[in-house]
Parts: sequence; C-alpha cells; structure tokens
Amino acid sequence: MVSFKINSEEVSFDGDPGTPLLWVIRDHLRLRGTKFGCGIGQCGACTVHVDGAAQRSCVTPVATMDGRSITTIEGLAAADEALHPVQQAWLEHDVPQCGYCQAGQIMAAVDFLKRYPQPSDADIDNNITNICRCGTYVRIRKAIHRAAELAAGEKS
Amino acid sequence: MSALLEQHRVTRRQVLIAGVGAAGSLVIGLPALAYQEEGERMLGFFIQIGPDGSVIIGCKDPEIGQGLRTTVPMMVAEELDVAWDKVRIEQMPLGIVKTADGYRWKYGGGQGVGGSTGLTNNWELMRQVGADARRQLIRAAAERLGVDEAQCDTRPGYVVCASRDIEIPYGELVVEAAALPAPEDPAALKSADDYRIIGTRRKTIDARDIVTGKAMYGIDTVQPDMRYAVIARAPVLNARVKSFDDTKAREIEGVLDVFRVDGPELGEPYIILASGVAVVATSTWAAMRGRAALEIEWEQSPNASDSSERFWRENEEMLRGEGQVVLDEGDFDGAMAAAAKTISHQYRVPFVSHAPLEPQNCYAWVKQDECHIIAPTQMPSGASRAAHAVTDIPRENIRVEMTRVGGGFGRRLTNDYVAEAAMISKYTGWPIQLLWSREDDIRNDFYRPGGLHEMHAGVDADGKVTAWAQRLASGSKYYRRPDMPDENLYQAELYLEDFPRRIVDNMRMEYFHNAIGLPRGSWRAPAHTANAFVIQSFIDEIAYETGQDPLQLRLDLLGEPRELEYSGHGGPTFNPGRLARLLRFVADRIGYGSRLPKGRGIGLATHFTFGGYAAHAMEVTVADGKLTIERIVAAIDCGFAVHPNGVDAQLQGGTIDGLSTALGLEITVKDGRVQQSNFDDYPLARIAVVPSLFETHILNYDDVPTGVGEIGIPSAAPALTNAIFAATGQRIRSLPVLDQLAGNKQVDMTSMASKEA
Repeated sequence: MVSFKINSEEVSFDGDPGTPLLWVIRDHLRLRGTKFGCGIGQCGACTVHVDGAAQRSCVTPVATMDGRSITTIEGLAAADEALHPVQQAWLEHDVPQCGYCQAGQIMAAVDFLKRYPQPSDADIDNNITNICRCGTYVRIRKAIHRAAELAAGEKS
Repeated sequence: MSALLEQHRVTRRQVLIAGVGAAGSLVIGLPALAYQEEGERMLGFFIQIGPDGSVIIGCKDPEIGQGLRTTVPMMVAEELDVAWDKVRIEQMPLGIVKTADGYRWKYGGGQGVGGSTGLTNNWELMRQVGADARRQLIRAAAERLGVDEAQCDTRPGYVVCASRDIEIPYGELVVEAAALPAPEDPAALKSADDYRIIGTRRKTIDARDIVTGKAMYGIDTVQPDMRYAVIARAPVLNARVKSFDDTKAREIEGVLDVFRVDGPELGEPYIILASGVAVVATSTWAAMRGRAALEIEWEQSPNASDSSERFWRENEEMLRGEGQVVLDEGDFDGAMAAAAKTISHQYRVPFVSHAPLEPQNCYAWVKQDECHIIAPTQMPSGASRAAHAVTDIPRENIRVEMTRVGGGFGRRLTNDYVAEAAMISKYTGWPIQLLWSREDDIRNDFYRPGGLHEMHAGVDADGKVTAWAQRLASGSKYYRRPDMPDENLYQAELYLEDFPRRIVDNMRMEYFHNAIGLPRGSWRAPAHTANAFVIQSFIDEIAYETGQDPLQLRLDLLGEPRELEYSGHGGPTFNPGRLARLLRFVADRIGYGSRLPKGRGIGLATHFTFGGYAAHAMEVTVADGKLTIERIVAAIDCGFAVHPNGVDAQLQGGTIDGLSTALGLEITVKDGRVQQSNFDDYPLARIAVVPSLFETHILNYDDVPTGVGEIGIPSAAPALTNAIFAATGQRIRSLPVLDQLAGNKQVDMTSMASKEA
C-alpha cells in the first residue's frame, strides 16, 4: 500500500508497486490531464510535480511516492478563476495546437521558472526538453518569458 | 477539388430546417438529420441557440490541432451575428445515412480532415448555416412586431428594428423562429468587407480547457466497465503468429484474457497491420505487463530479409535503367543536347514516421448487432468501414464518435487501430480501450515513402533552363489501394503538375517502383515534402553552377502573376507569380544579399501545396560542424486567412515539422525489422532547435481561402539545406542532415558528373 497526496487530496494505491505513477494517475485516480506519450521519459507529456519538482511520471514507480505530495495539471491553478501565471501566459500567447503535450509543457515550465525566474533563451534551450509534435515552440518560448514577467508582477 | 465544389453546390441548394430542442433551444440543421435523435446525447445539428442567447455550434469534422474547432465557429458567428464570447463548440459524431445504393452523408458535405481541406469543406456550408439561422430570427422578430423583415437588421445577439426603436435578444425569439416555415432559398452571405470576426485575430477556443487539463482526447475515454487492451505485434514486417505461450501473462494480476488477432492476408487491401496477440486487462499497466510476459513464436515473414541498405542500393540500380515515362513534354533529349550546360544530381528522401504525440488508441464496444466506437481519427467514415469490416455489423448500426485528436499528420487517415479495437471487443464481448505504445507506433506506421530522385537540367548560354527531368525510384504509397493498376503507382509520388511544369518547355518524368515491406501512407503534405526538397535544392544547384543568383533564377522562372492550368489537388490553377511575391518578401525581410561572416548563410525556398503558397528564408551558422539556425522568415499566401492566429500556428508548426524531420528523422529497416522505436532513436526536434528570431507573415491575395495545414512544411527543408550550402559550400543531398556537417556521410551519395558542352 502506497499513500500520497495528489492535488492536496490523500489517496492510496495497493496494486503493483512497480506501476508507473502515470498509470495510477490516469487509470486509478481518473485524472486524465496527464498524458502518455512515450513511456520512457523522453517526451515529457506525463510531467507532474512531486514535492514541487517536475518529474516524468511514466518512469516513476508508484512505490517511490509514499508520503509524497503530487500536483497534476488539474491541481495547478489555485481556482478556476485564478490560473497559474504559466497557464495565463499560455493563453495570452495562444500556445496550444493539438494541445496534447501542453499539460506536460506547462508543468515543466512552472518548475523551470522556479529555478530560473528570469530565464534567458539559452536557459530555456538547455532546460526545456518536452516534445511538441505540432511545433508550438515559438509560442512556448514567448509564453515562458511572459510567465516570468507575470510571476514577478505577482510578487512585487 | 471538383467533387468538393460539387458537394458545396448541393449543400447550398439544401435548405436548413429548425425546431425546438430539448431545453427550449432553437436547433438548426439540414433536413436529412433529426434534431436530437432518440437516445442520442450527441449533437445532430449545427446550431443551438439557447433561451439565454448562448450559442452552441456543432463541428462535423475532427480537430487534430489544425484549429478547425476555432475556425468553424468564426464562420458561423460571423454570419449569425453573435458575440464571439457567446459561442461554444461541440464535436458532432459521424453522420451517415443508408440509401438504396450505399451510404450518403447526413450533414451535407463529407466528414474528415486531410489534404488541407478542413477549411474549404466548411467555408460555404457553415457560413450558410449561420446566415440562414440569422434570417429566421429576423423573420420571427418581423412577424412579432408586424413589420416587414426588410425593416429589421441585427447586431451581435439581437434583432434590431430601427423604425420601431426596438431590439429583441435572439434567445427570446427561439420558439417563434423554430415555428417558422423552412426558408425556400439560401440567405445572402456577407461580403468580405463586412467581416468583423472572420479574418480577425481570435484565440484557440479550447485553449482554457487545454491548459487546465480538461480537454479530452481519445486516450482519455472512460466508459462503464471498460477494459484495457494492448497487442503484442510482430517484430518483423508482416510476420504472423505461429504459436504463443500465455502462461506467465495470465499469472499477472489484472490480466483478463489473452488471444490471437489476425489481420487480412498479405496483399489484401489494408484495413489493419497487426498479426499479434492481444492482452486485455483491468488497467493499462496490467495489459502492458501481460504483453511483456508473453512468449510468442513468429512465422517466417516474406519480408524477413528486407533492409534499407538493399532498398537504397536497388533504387540506384533502377535509376541506371529505364523506367516508366509518365511525362514527356516538348523535346527533352533535344533540349539537353542543345544545352550550353547540363546539370544532374541525385537526392535521397528517407522514410519517416508520423509519430503524433497521442499514441493510437480506440474505444470499441461490439455487441450482437451494434457497435460503439470512440476514436481520435481524421476519417470517421473510415473508422465506420474498418469496424464494419471486422464485425459485419451494418454501418448504420455503428456509432462513431470523434474526440479531440492529439495530432494527425496523416497517420489517422488510416483506421487500422479502430479495426483492431473492434476485433478485440468482438472476441471478448467487452467494452475495451485499445492503446498502442510508442514502440508500437514507430514500428508499425504507414510511413512516408522513401525515394531516390535523379534530376537533370539543361541550361542555355543565357542561363535559361530549357530542359528538366525528374526520375524517381521509390516505394509508392498507393501499393495497397484496391483496383490501383501498377502504371498509376507513380501518381502518389511524382506530381506531374508541379513547378516547373508549363514553365520549362521540355520536361520528362520517369518512375521506378521499388516494393519494400515497409507500409506506406500519407504523411503531412505527402509527396510535396520530398519534391519541394528535391526541386528547390536542384534550382539552387543550377543557379550556383551557372553563376546565377539563386533568388533571381527562381524569380525568372516563376515570372509574373498568371494562372497556369493545375489539375492536381489544390487546382484548378496555379499562379507562380504568387510564389514569386512571397519569395521576394521573405528575401527582403531576412536581408538576402547582405554580406555575412564566414560560416553564415541564407537559404531560400518556395512551394505551392494544395492550393496554398509558401516561402521560407533561413539564416544559419555552421561552425566546427555544428549547425545553428539563427533566423527564420516564413510567409504564406492562403488566399484569405480566415483565422490568422491559426494560420500563423500552422506556418510555424509546419516549418518546425519540416526542420525536425530534415535534421534528424529517418526510419530504417534491417532484417525485416524497423530499427527505430521511440523518441530516443527517432528524435523529434525540441525547443532548442527553434530560433527565437522566427517571423511568420500572412500575405492575403483575394477573399478565397484555402486550407493551411500542409502549406507551411514543404519549403522549410530546402530553405535549411540551401542555407547550409550558402554558409559552407556543402550541399546536403541526402536527408536527414544528422551529422553530415561534421564530415560524416549518411549515405554514399556521390554527385553525378556534370557535363560542360
């Protein structure tokens, strides 16, 4: 039995401890915003936060999650009306096309901006490795810079 | 295109009818469809106006990331005259009606997206739906007020009667409008000058759902009692299961059933690729574990010795002989003999995989005499046919729902995964969701065909191109089409109508079909991606080898605006002057012709795809074998941009798709096995490849829109490789680029000797 918090809610899982966190989130907890893309930690569509840090849930055995606190895309915004600055920036720059990778992109960007609150383009290039098959990268880059501004504005 | 236009004509003759829907709403659709069919919770209509003035618009075609779910409501909201923020969109299911001689479309006009037709399929129809609905509301208001309808007009959401100084919200007219007799003729459409939504910057209608994780894709389908299925697929192309041992698989907790699935025999028209072993379980992970625990023995495949190495060697050998001459115009041989200089080169375009980020999946529940399919698909009618083929259930009893689709790129024109899901559900009797892993997807695709192109040109003493030949050895994607004679296989790979046809007088095109076991299919902009790379590279080479400027040579060839006959998809005409306009524009924006430091260069390319025009200019640096794309300027002329944000997105995305593919992607085969399997060895581009200096420009031409999903990709790769040549003098004639700039040759592609006359 593994117990952890997901989007502030206490949950437990008593299936195969080797189950990737992704499938626990999707099949058992029925949170479908976190996506399956590759299963080997390459594309980042499955990115969630574990104790605040981005992690690729498709290669994270659920057994390692005991006592941890997980946030998925569904839990990122404080409330429906109060989107996270990264989500706001994504809307401002109209980032999504098919949209399938975007939950993972956003979760990755949120974590990245904690580490690089004023990122350069090179910082983005060196740290954002999620795949977008539609090629929304131009707008992702702009939205990350914009989210940095929005977050700075919230703090000041 | 003519069939498409005919559909629109039929549509315009049809008259919309209205009625009152479940919640006292006005529902408007076409006569053939019931408003809200008994027991059917899905939309069966195009517009629903609620008593509160809310507007729901039904989108008949799937959203695959091309932005149709935003573009269609823009058309309706424009003509209906409602505020953009009052509009919601819902996906309509497949609508087909059985007739004496088959099936016909229920909603007027086909359903499905491919060939950049999503926009044009909806352009006439959906504006007409909006305009007709608006007129019914005006008539209802006029009747209520006892005035002539000519005295009534609308403003967003209201009918306005100026003479009576009164305005009535649409929502209050719903019941009266629904009771009016059906209009006898189509309402007039707005002229382009009056647009206030069409052609303006609107954001993706579903963006909020996407960024909050609420947008639901095929993979997110949850249905009561749904089980999860995966298939263990043959590691060798076209191998079939000989025997299997499922003892260990069945020991895994959650595994419910294990059984063999078989597709059609080799050579039959394709429905499905798989021969394999299905595992059904209570969760995705249990199914995957069960699959991993299977022990399967495979029969020897007829393709067991297929290899890329052999394929490419055979192509070279073929090109040394004589192929099928599919175009012979003017006097090619004479013009070559008379040329002051002749130039010949070979170009290699590899097989590539679609790799949409949402892996293939499908929900199916096959019951005794009915079937329910929920799938991410580009072709819902194909899904219906696929399910019918493996269940024998009549198509009118197969309900097909489309979800938002996590990328199309042509992969989901083929509904093989729907057939597989239906087979599994039929066998078990359970509602199941079939999921492909990424490895399944990369190893079992309908790949873009690889091919070896040989180009020849004759140039006269003034530098004018007088002769042109394209000879291609490739694996045609038409190989599995039913009733397709061998002599037509070239049609999928060599586009006879393309530039420089009707510009260069003496032309020859020749095809050699090289069968290979790799399945082939339509990959975004199909053969345009190969041909644009080849033609735009070759033009560049002609320019350098004859001492001409690559921009000027292109402009000379393209010439002034004029309509040339073009009988291919995207016709009936092609205007080379529109390409010239774009090319001048991007060259100017990027500063073409300015002096650049060593190792830096600018490349240009332009191409006409499915009725749309695009051009790219790219500036690159190559230092110590390392490539940096410094700047991209891309321009598109899609006639008239209905949804400019969407056009920008497609142009950016198409460009990046072109770059990603050209830089690093290739599918290869050895001993009948696809050698790539996931994003570690099939490395799609990441953000670092894409420069922050990336401009897109929309240059409207008239008020006739074309689709844009494929227009932005073909000229991207040759602009890149032309820039690499300008920077380094190294010509990339074999894709992908990979590490060729570091001095490593991907394939031995020695340039053919050019002849000085």
